[in-house]
Amino acid sequence: MSDWPRIQTVGLSGLLITFAAAMSEPANRAALSFRAAVDAQDWPEVKETSTSLVSTFLEVDLATTPAESMEERLRDLLQSQDWFSAPLPAGRTLWHVPTVYGTDLAPQLEEAARVAGVDPDAAIKEISTSRVRVLTIGFAPGQPYTGELSETWNIPRQQGLTKSVPACALVVAIRQLIVFTNDTPTGWRHIGQTLFKTFRPDKPKPFTLAPGDELLFPAISRAEYDEIKTKDTSGLGGATHEALT
Amino acid sequence: MSAHLTIQQAGPAMTLQDMGRPGYRAEGLTGGGAADRLALYEGAALLGQKPDLAAIEMAGSGGTFVADADIRIALTGAEMAANIDGEAVVWNASHLLSAGAKLTIGGARNGSYGYLHVGGGFDTPPVMGARSAHMACGIGGLLQSGESLPLGADKGRDVAMTLPKPDRFGGGRIRVVASMQTTAFTPETIDRFVTTTFRRDARANRMGVRMDFDGDGFATEEQLSIVSEVVVPGDIQVSGDGAPYVLMYECQTTGGYPRIAAVLPCDLPRVAQAQTGAEITFEFVEMAEAVALQARFEAELKSLPSRVTPLVRDPADIRDLLSYQLVSGAVSATANPFDEET
Repeated sequence: MSDWPRIQTVGLSGLLITFAAAMSEPANRAALSFRAAVDAQDWPEVKETSTSLVSTFLEVDLATTPAESMEERLRDLLQSQDWFSAPLPAGRTLWHVPTVYGTDLAPQLEEAARVAGVDPDAAIKEISTSRVRVLTIGFAPGQPYTGELSETWNIPRQQGLTKSVPACALVVAIRQLIVFTNDTPTGWRHIGQTLFKTFRPDKPKPFTLAPGDELLFPAISRAEYDEIKTKDTSGLGGATHEALT
Repeated sequence: MSAHLTIQQAGPAMTLQDMGRPGYRAEGLTGGGAADRLALYEGAALLGQKPDLAAIEMAGSGGTFVADADIRIALTGAEMAANIDGEAVVWNASHLLSAGAKLTIGGARNGSYGYLHVGGGFDTPPVMGARSAHMACGIGGLLQSGESLPLGADKGRDVAMTLPKPDRFGGGRIRVVASMQTTAFTPETIDRFVTTTFRRDARANRMGVRMDFDGDGFATEEQLSIVSEVVVPGDIQVSGDGAPYVLMYECQTTGGYPRIAAVLPCDLPRVAQAQTGAEITFEFVEMAEAVALQARFEAELKSLPSRVTPLVRDPADIRDLLSYQLVSGAVSATANPFDEET
């Protein structure tokens, strides 16, 4: 662990604390927990903080704040505990997102199951009961990268791109699930369809999810999907949520 | 009633822009905002108001505009042919646009982005704390012909003011610092990167500007598999085709391509404004020098209002001489006008 975590400057825009060279649950946990700890320090030089899969980023104007002084404070904070086994931050939410698996709404369920080496029913059973965590948000506003699924789902992205997968699609690859914010060309396989909008710019709280939130994607029928589609005005597509304690 | 500016004919890529929408990176939304931030400061200095007001950003060419009241305007950024009711008006200056007069702004003569500022700024309803369109995220959109934009209250009076002509429109030398993956590139590749004369590619927008070049790409030594990492404006990422892209304010929040360097914020306006084909070279500077350069730039931004001077024109050429404010108030040489409540 001697190389990690690593502190680097990012242009003149801030500092990056990276916990590992590759995605892992402990490194993601460390990034989330360390961000919460930085936020709790309430340093006036820090304009905003964010996380990517295994890193915490602090936006700091390095033209007016010397990087060395920030690095020193960050090293002290890093040494204050073992971030890889830190409890996840408080104030997180568990979401239940109704999802139609397969059918013409999500045409790649069978293909994804075949690549993973399971039959489609087993695939639905496993994915609809797997509780995943928002590892990071990115690519599009509010768009969650969630995981990790079991090793069964360590499947690569397909070679070619699907020209357009619709917004609110549930897609899978490399042990992760994404719910798309917008219609997107992608190499991830489209296995489910939700009506769950992760970005609602017209709402007082435009981003539905925060990094560290957890999700379940329970299976619903096409009839239930159609009913939600007719009745839902919130943009959450029938999703319910509860506080995680 | 507030004044309105109506767009009679919209150019192909006009948007409302301001200093952007910070604070949402963790949720996947970059700040966005004007591609050439310096132009916002210039417009604010010319009109004697704050630089965070929204202006119209015009990529490549402008359009035609009519106001329903006498308003003040300023034109900054890439120079575009402009006239009011057929009479040519000077770029990089402020003007009176009388009610009903037609402002016509044509194609860019240099640079990529021209800006139309109004006294009081555009007063559209803010979305998440800003008025700027964020095209990549579907906030706002291209301004359309027929659209009428409300103006905020204008407390200033001066028009026919100008600033020294800026020179950031022809590409040139861009200062950079090392970035997250600079050391993943071989010394030979870095050496080639700083000795190559790049050309601004036609593939450029508010998200990023591709650098065109002759010869081999700038790949990392082994096919670098980096975990997706934070992206900031100014990052130079080397994508799959080996070409460097300078990422601009509307870039994504994270990216999986290696970053070879990061452009100093003070040199980003020069990257944004380089015209297609303009030659660009990159030069690494140490962090201490970068800090000094950026500090100097920020001091210059603060001094902009003190560099505003009256437009010198032959009064015989001025058709509407009597409509001008010919005597204006004294200014303080030491105050920072951006700090004043205007």
